[in-house]
Amino acid sequence: MKPRVCVVGAGVIGSLYAGHLAQVAEVSVLTRRAEHAAALERDGLRISGKSDLVARVTAADDASWLPDADLVILATKATEVEAAAERLADRMRGATVMTIQNGLGAEEIVARHGEWPLVSAVTFMSGVRHEDTHVEYELDTETWMGPYRSSFETVEGIERLLHESGLRARSFRDLRPAQWSKLIFNATVNTVAAVTNLPHVAAFAAVGADTDLGLLVRDLMDEGKRVASAAGVELHEDPWEMNVHAVQRGETEAAEGHYAHVPSMLEDIRSGRRTEVDFITGSLIREADRLGLDVPLHRAMYRLVRARETA
Amino acid sequence: MRVCVVGCGAVGSLFAANLAQLDDVEVWAYDVWQAHVDAINANGLRLSGAGDVTGRLRATTDAAELPACDFGIVATKAMHTASAIAATARAFEGGAVCSVQNGVGNEEAIAAHAARVIRGTTFPAGKILEPGHVQWDVRGDTTLGPYEPKPASMDSIEALADACTRGGMPTSAVADARGAQWRKVIFNAATNPVGALTGLTHGRVCEDPALRHLVTGLVDEGKAVAAVQGIELDADPEDLIDHAARPDVAYGHKASMLQDVEAHRSTEVDWLNGGIARFGREHGVPTPLNDAIRALVKGLEASWTS
Repeated sequence: MKPRVCVVGAGVIGSLYAGHLAQVAEVSVLTRRAEHAAALERDGLRISGKSDLVARVTAADDASWLPDADLVILATKATEVEAAAERLADRMRGATVMTIQNGLGAEEIVARHGEWPLVSAVTFMSGVRHEDTHVEYELDTETWMGPYRSSFETVEGIERLLHESGLRARSFRDLRPAQWSKLIFNATVNTVAAVTNLPHVAAFAAVGADTDLGLLVRDLMDEGKRVASAAGVELHEDPWEMNVHAVQRGETEAAEGHYAHVPSMLEDIRSGRRTEVDFITGSLIREADRLGLDVPLHRAMYRLVRARETA
Repeated sequence: MRVCVVGCGAVGSLFAANLAQLDDVEVWAYDVWQAHVDAINANGLRLSGAGDVTGRLRATTDAAELPACDFGIVATKAMHTASAIAATARAFEGGAVCSVQNGVGNEEAIAAHAARVIRGTTFPAGKILEPGHVQWDVRGDTTLGPYEPKPASMDSIEALADACTRGGMPTSAVADARGAQWRKVIFNAATNPVGALTGLTHGRVCEDPALRHLVTGLVDEGKAVAAVQGIELDADPEDLIDHAARPDVAYGHKASMLQDVEAHRSTEVDWLNGGIARFGREHGVPTPLNDAIRALVKGLEASWTS
């Protein structure tokens, strides 16, 4: 019998999971909008770019219409986790729930709404939504997972399933080092992009002149690393090196005619949407407060992004 | 007395047109904008708003046309100081050159080309409506004093201040003009870029407690850099910031840097936050927030071309 997977949230990342997993599993998708669910039921879900496939999925905007699942992938934005977890409460009883949100704390929110075993994950995949039923797969990078309220074997099982579906994934006995690397990277790159209106371009890694933006990026990352260190987390990867590599990869792709990567927080600002800054920079500041550390630069970035949301 | 205003934008025009009202002052204006220069030569330089004045003066885009002057008043945007004074310096070989610009560091740039330099800070403001016509938005005081490493004499500074005052621009000559200058640069560096980065007016920045707190962080760094140089501010920038946030003062005012950003023009951040940071570095005072704000504004400027 095929495993059953329910993907909650059919944005870019949710669609990438749903489209690939439908090759090896029975996939259902919980959408926010009824017309989005109807379009998926009618047309299926097309993935182009790094993959080329069309998937048949069950879709609904009401959780009570969806079949039970063995695995729920919660792929909403961090700002919508609370609402999504409420929709799942008392449902999907036999499922393991995997959170993939930016920042820290999504697992805790979900844990308050049900007894499901939980898996923490972060993903570095990216893509572009062309239509409700068509997403282009851009960066085919890994999903990293670790146990939160579950066993490592459960995590490895999900890793196998993702591999079979054509996605890249990796299990960690403790995800926090990777989660914190990504948190510090995101708290820096996303907020700097959101305030300057710059995509993640070479300037983020430039440190040659004393006015270079890379110096601020590095200072913000150093501030974040001090918090991680005080929290007893040994980072999986140096966020500054992640930044340098991402920028170099972006340069190569720009030379091939692709667009520079626009971080999600900048996309949100450009579209007049609320950003995830409370979950990304906010969680870093809350950790710093808890540990009695001062993070003046992240605090300044947080304030500027919040102000840009309201302006 | 012969005076040449170097950079005849809004602020330069306020000085040029008002000084041109005096019988004993001959006024020249140097600017790179040909249409503005032509309009001034044809019809005079007109101010309207806080005062309605038309000044008759000679304007030119060619620095070689300038006669020897007793005073230069440099009123360009700060990023143009070096090129403007390099072009016009010959006219001021026997005179003194005064900056009435924003930020810190302009006097240093002027002193690279002039023997006698006057440190100036001015509060009047306006905007160019069309070539030859400037709207005078705000009246305000000007403070002049010697630039310490290459000072003009107090007698000459008093003579220039007297002429400005008689022309309608109240100006005082003081022995130490740094207190006024640093009060203004701290005010501007703490408020202008926050408005520019968020798109908010001065009043809206100040009524958001989190942003107001960021403004205070920037002010505190500026105060520390002023203090280490032995500069006594002539007023607390915090009081000015709160005063300006009042609905009847400048609540709805878009800082000039926000206007620059909206028009995709280079800003003066290098002479505001960048200036505070540079003097801080020279005196061993860290300015992490000013460094960060400057990097963000420079990043925003870069976004227009990337």
